[in-house]
Amino acid sequence: MTPGEALAPQTFRVTRADLIRYAGASGDFNPIHWSDRVATAVGLSGVIAHGMLTMALAGRAVTRWAGAPDAVLDFGVRFTRPVTVPDDDTGTEVVISGVVKEVSDGRAVLDLTATCQGQKVLGQARATVRVP
Amino acid sequence: MPLDRSYVGRSFPPTAPYQVGREKIREFAAAIGAEDPAYVDPEAARALGYPDVIAPPTFPIVVTAAATQQLIDDPAFGLDFSRVVHGDQRFRYTRPVVAGDELVCVNTVEEIVERGGHEFLTTRTEVATAAGEPVVSVWSKLVVRGQA
Repeated sequence: MTPGEALAPQTFRVTRADLIRYAGASGDFNPIHWSDRVATAVGLSGVIAHGMLTMALAGRAVTRWAGAPDAVLDFGVRFTRPVTVPDDDTGTEVVISGVVKEVSDGRAVLDLTATCQGQKVLGQARATVRVP
Repeated sequence: MPLDRSYVGRSFPPTAPYQVGREKIREFAAAIGAEDPAYVDPEAARALGYPDVIAPPTFPIVVTAAATQQLIDDPAFGLDFSRVVHGDQRFRYTRPVVAGDELVCVNTVEEIVERGGHEFLTTRTEVATAAGEPVVSVWSKLVVRGQA
């Protein structure tokens, strides 16, 4: 990794089934992630993905770029826009891209961008990883 | 009811230990589609120098979200979770979570600010083993929507 280097974007599909699975695995059973009735009642256009699922997908991209499952030293995001997941077989897609901001002392700082349907869904998304 | 500002800087008592199970890590890794062998195969994790399977980077939220119940359960603090939206999340790792860890959380209210009729609550959770070895520091910013 070298400063300014763009990391190859990675695309992740997210379906309603993924949200149910993530709810069970994480223990986050907020109904806005599985009930259109509740989601629309609180002003959303429909069921949305857990922000922490989007962050987990960004984490998958980061560990893959870093080449090691234990390379992440620091990882932070802001949830700026919901990822709406339609009730169909294809769901939606989250695309994670990244740029190497700086490299020093065996560490690289990556600036991350997450988009869904062409719109950014995370802000101030940054990871620091150990580099060989 | 607004959040009690006197809680800023205050830490809560350590939570009861959370026992990290190998199958829980595998379940979480499968749920996020993470396929690295170190998340599922103890031998692959040992090859990296860990005693058992390691957890993906965002796994600590499973532990800290449960620990946050402490803040909700304190009526004097005034946190109405039905009005909470997740704003920011950050993890600073000492090492990955490993199956077999017994993790204790210490929650601290770092900051409460009000902006545009909403309250922004920043909590820091220090996650350590029951023996006191630090594992990960976790910051969450929660937006408590104002009642218009």
